[in-house]
Amino acid sequence: MTPKDTSAAASGPGAPVLDAQGVSKRFGAVVALRDASLILNRGEVVALMGANGAGKSTFVKILTGALAPDSGHVRIRGAEARVASPAEARRSGLVPVYQEPSLIPDLDVAANLRLGKTPVAAFRHWVAALGIADLRLDDLIGRLPLATLRILDLARALAAEPDVLLLDEMTAALPTDLVDRVLSVVRAQADAGRSVIYISHRFAEIARLCDRATVLRDGATVGSLAITPGVEERVVEMMLGANPPRQSAAAQAARAPRAGTPRLAVRGLAAGNRLNDVSFDLHAGEVLGVVALEGQGQDELFDVLAGNRRALAGSVAIDGQTARLRHPADAIAAGLTLVPGDRSRALLMSRSVRENIALPLVARMAKWGVIPARNEAARVSAAIDRLQIDTRAQGEVRRLSGGNQQKVTIARWIAKGVETLLLFDPPRGIDIRTKRQIYALVRDLAAQGAAVLFYTSELGEVQQACDRAVVIFNGRVVDVIEAQEASEPSLMRAAYGLTSGDAARKAAP
Amino acid sequence: MSATLTPVTRLTRLLAQNPLIPLILLLAGLVLVLEIMQPGILSVFWIGNTIKVAIPLAMLAACQTLTMLTGGIDLSAGTVATITAFVMATLAPLLGVPEAVAIALACALLAGAVNGFGIAICRVHPLIMSLGTGLIANGCLLVYQRYVIATGTLIPDALVWLGTGRTWGIPNGLVLFIPFAALIIWGQRRTGFGRLLYAVGSNEGAARLSGVRSWQVLLALYTLSGLIAGLTGLILIGLVKTPSLSLALRLDLPSVAAAVVGGTSIFGGRGGYGGTIVGALILTVLTTMLTLLHMPEGARGILFGLIILAVTALYIRLTEKG
Repeated sequence: MTPKDTSAAASGPGAPVLDAQGVSKRFGAVVALRDASLILNRGEVVALMGANGAGKSTFVKILTGALAPDSGHVRIRGAEARVASPAEARRSGLVPVYQEPSLIPDLDVAANLRLGKTPVAAFRHWVAALGIADLRLDDLIGRLPLATLRILDLARALAAEPDVLLLDEMTAALPTDLVDRVLSVVRAQADAGRSVIYISHRFAEIARLCDRATVLRDGATVGSLAITPGVEERVVEMMLGANPPRQSAAAQAARAPRAGTPRLAVRGLAAGNRLNDVSFDLHAGEVLGVVALEGQGQDELFDVLAGNRRALAGSVAIDGQTARLRHPADAIAAGLTLVPGDRSRALLMSRSVRENIALPLVARMAKWGVIPARNEAARVSAAIDRLQIDTRAQGEVRRLSGGNQQKVTIARWIAKGVETLLLFDPPRGIDIRTKRQIYALVRDLAAQGAAVLFYTSELGEVQQACDRAVVIFNGRVVDVIEAQEASEPSLMRAAYGLTSGDAARKAAP
Repeated sequence: MSATLTPVTRLTRLLAQNPLIPLILLLAGLVLVLEIMQPGILSVFWIGNTIKVAIPLAMLAACQTLTMLTGGIDLSAGTVATITAFVMATLAPLLGVPEAVAIALACALLAGAVNGFGIAICRVHPLIMSLGTGLIANGCLLVYQRYVIATGTLIPDALVWLGTGRTWGIPNGLVLFIPFAALIIWGQRRTGFGRLLYAVGSNEGAARLSGVRSWQVLLALYTLSGLIAGLTGLILIGLVKTPSLSLALRLDLPSVAAAVVGGTSIFGGRGGYGGTIVGALILTVLTTMLTLLHMPEGARGILFGLIILAVTALYIRLTEKG
């Protein structure tokens, strides 16, 4: 484990395309980067990895010129090229594709292309190559699904013929077939001589795509590893700085019996034009996974259960009583609490950690009076402790790292008291340490008698956290799989609707 | 850690955490300039006078501060204050003072509730709704005035005592204003309702997902805002002592300015009433200063506007960093 990223520099032919050394950056008292370095050779795909708070986002912002480093240098194509602005970085041949789509929602596709001076023919070529067949240039960006927007962003970047392509959690919101296309296209581009910085938490993709992984920890580059089979454990070790705790097998062994009245009984639920007919039972002490490809109705399902959207048909019963969920307040009163997938939907970004966590405690009109300060402080700090939230920047939630923000959205319901937790894709875009903490917490809550409905877009995680999983395809439950049988391939087959339909009956006996 | 900080960054951090400090410094600076412009002006009498004039402005600015915390505004506040004062002064000789005050405040509550209904339930933008309510209420006032022209007016002694009186040089208005300000500041920090104003203002969707029915919050808020505007009208009539149809209208936009200068964001979720009080004092001192300059009315207006823009811009620069 060398402290600097020098080993790779020697191996590359000639000067590296991108060479960043000794980069540091501080924000007030917080040191975001101490000594980050990255070397990228021609035709190479390097994964940039690190736990949340390791300084990844800051490093990316410096590489792309959105931030100026306090010290260190970034060289592009061997020449000292002080990147002073994103525009300059683009001219120097580095084109980023960020996690959030960078297209203007109120304009159509063609107008967005004109804004970025993107050549249309090349753009269309890449859109087709990436697997979107029916795109019209007069489609309004705001009406397109998120997955399509990410593909358009990538196509736009490729059309600019960059020397260095920076992909930040590119596959996070993509369905599996598009992920396949993206990985193949990017690999082909690398083989043709472009260089790629690939940021992702998904080892499977990194193993398929990348040549090397450069790992950041606490603001410094701690090493760079060639991708070989079994490298995952080494990378995790480097990211954590110590051996990670093994997934406890005890969690898998202690399965709650499913008998009596279910905590949550969903029958024939339909909403919007995606959720058609979903039924299942969720018992106290159980973690029920929901598995689905992008846009199969899972968003609508969670929104309906949280009272945030009206159902078109079907019923929801809680402890045997039919529930009317017309507003999130109704759902919360019935014990159904939602952690949405997009944390910006749940957080008051400019308010403190405490106010964010205590929000449900004052929401009801009966609680509008004097806040019982001591009781609130006790509940909030217990929730912070339980989730191990880093509260160095607790004055404003927007200053927390992504993983800590995610924890705040969960801590809110811990402070309120969990009966039935609706967790929508909590691991999206967070690091492995936070992920494992969340799984442990979910198992813990179930052991204490809570019921958890858990949607995850990462199929490999179903076995780690869930007792069973319902698979939803095209707005209907197509299969129910016990955890021990929920291997990635079997979930994948089910998610594509390739299993027999009679399995659905197992969900709601 | 702190040893490595430069004094400048430490100062900006201090200012960001205590946004009242630069405002109070600015106020002190303005008073100092005034003393230099006209030596000897600084006296207990002058300070009392300034506070007396600033109280109605600061109270009306409470309407703006509280509504702005949710991302709204109450442009009907000045009209509602005027109506309350006018109705009270004209009904007092007919019905007696307590009845007149009760009816006048009921009018204020009604106007606030109309705002609340439009904004909270019909989801009309607060700017449009309160503007509309203000215009309608003003029309009602004109109709009302034609029927009561002959009754004469009465301004209760208690209100004159509150509005203009002094005890040992200190304005009596503080008897009402200090508890009022303490209640608002305490309420915005220590009550669930205060918390929810900030929550609705910073992310209404997130508040909804946490179980907040924001229509309840907004309905209560705009009704409260109407009540505060009514109280302001009563204090103001004690200060001005002549009911007129434009009594508090000249305070409408300055009340917005006081809240903005005091650091409350018009986009919601940030600010507080403490800053607004200092903002109201700053605006009052500024007005005195511009009057002393013997400028024509137009030039005074231009300068006043420029200073408000400059102060707000500077203040946001100072406090948003760090």
